[in-house]
Formats: sequence, structure tokens, C-alpha cells
Amino acid sequence: MDLLQFAPALIGGILIGLSAACLMYFVGHIAGISGITFSAVIAPKANFWSIVFILGVIMGAALLHRVLNIPLPSDQGSLTSLSLGAFLVGMGTRLGSGCTSGHGICGLARLSPRSLVATLTFMGCAIITVFIRLHILA
Amino acid sequence: MIFIVTLFCGILFGAGMALSGMTDTAKVVGFLDLTGAWDPTLMFVMGGGLMVTLPFFQFGLPRMSKPILGESFRIPLAQIIDRRLVLGAAIFGTGWGIYGYCPGPAIASLAYGQIGSFIFVILMILGMCTTDLIVKTVNSHQAKLALGREEPT
Repeated sequence: MDLLQFAPALIGGILIGLSAACLMYFVGHIAGISGITFSAVIAPKANFWSIVFILGVIMGAALLHRVLNIPLPSDQGSLTSLSLGAFLVGMGTRLGSGCTSGHGICGLARLSPRSLVATLTFMGCAIITVFIRLHILA
Repeated sequence: MIFIVTLFCGILFGAGMALSGMTDTAKVVGFLDLTGAWDPTLMFVMGGGLMVTLPFFQFGLPRMSKPILGESFRIPLAQIIDRRLVLGAAIFGTGWGIYGYCPGPAIASLAYGQIGSFIFVILMILGMCTTDLIVKTVNSHQAKLALGREEPT
């Protein structure tokens, strides 16, 4: 297995980690995208920083694809799976107070037992869901 | 100044999302497909992230009394592992497995100008707001029960 093929993933992960560390170090917030998105929607004036952060995320992705000429991923999946997936992701992240960046990157770094349980749970359910989708329903 | 730094943090995050492959549902599903043609790529993403955040949160943060620019550290206070956490994570994981996007990549992918991303983000926000409303209603009901103002259903 050529380990070099994983370099973009590792560097990408490091960038995400740097973002989270910097956001806490300079501004004092957890880089949990689900919470940031919700706070931007529910109280945009009070959470203006959330809007700025989200704008940055979109800018960063656009910049990277432009600079490195990475092809855009092709649109995957049906409208049904997109719609259902989206709604459940929204529901679950609100109820569970976090997502992969909040619980997975920040929460685990804090050695938070809640985040460990959350991460194991969402990973497990995601894996089971994919198994059912690809190997049972297909 | 704080907004410039916040923007920069966002840019790092978005760039990381794009570079890591998190916005590529094929790569995500490949990672989650343990029994199939397993693609370990995403393991390196989380590993890379934790390489930075773990030392910072464990050794850097405790040495600070406040963030450099912000007023205070906003750290989640909840300690209890309750049913909501587990149920929420389960629902989130299921949704993630169904399409392959979690919130971060969904937001980042808005940069690609594809209609699918916009639909995803809108429906995701709808899911968040609906759940928030349900949770607030349940909380209010439970509070009234505790105060003896409502009959248990």
C-alpha cells in the first residue's frame, strides 16, 4: 500500500485541526460546524462570528480547488438519499449536540467522555447504515 | 480583528475539508464500507486533526486564562452521557451513512455551486430547527411536570 496517497487526507486533517486549535486559541469557540451553523441561523446578530466562520469555510474550499486544481467531486446519490440524509444529519447533530468536527476532532481532543460515546455511536451507525445500503439493499 | 482571525480559521477549515476528501461522498462511503472495498483515507483525516487538537487541548489550553482575542473560552459544560446524546449521535450517523455528507463537508461544498449542496444544507438546517423546537417543547413539558403544573401523559 502506497502511504503517500494518504498525504492529502493527512494534511487536510491537520488543516482542520489547526483551524479548531486557532479558533479556540484566538476566539475561544469550539469548531463544531453543526453548532456553528445552527447558531448562525437562529441568532445571526449575536453570533456574527459564526457567519464569518462559515463564509471562511466556503472560501477555503473554493480557494483550494482553484489553487490545486482538484476536480470537483461528482454529485453522488439520489435526491431521496440526499434529502433524507440531510434531514437526519440536521436532526441528529442538534439532538446529539455535535458532529464529526465538534465531537470527533474537538471533543476527543478534550478527552470528553460524552464525545467519545457520541463519536463511537455515530461512527457505528454510519458503518451499519452503509453496510445495509451497499450489501443488503443493493 | 477578531473577525479577520475567525475568517482565517474558517478558510483553514474549508481548505482542510476540500483537501482531505471529506467532501467526496465516494471517499466517505468507501471509509464507512468496512466489509467492502475499504478506503482508509478518512482515518488519516481524523488522525491528522487530532495530531493538532489533542496536544493543544491537553497542554496548550490549560496554560491559558482566556483566548488571545475573545472574552472567554466557550467550552461545553455538559458532563452526563444521556439518551439524547446517544440517540442524536445514532440519528446523525445514520444520516451520514445514507448520503455521505456531515455538516462540515456540506457547508464547504457550497463552494462548488452544485444544487445538491444547497438542498442538503437547507434540509439539514430544517432538521436542526425542527429538532430544536421538539426538544424545547419536551423540556418545557418536563419542567412543568416537575413543578406539578401538568398531568403526566
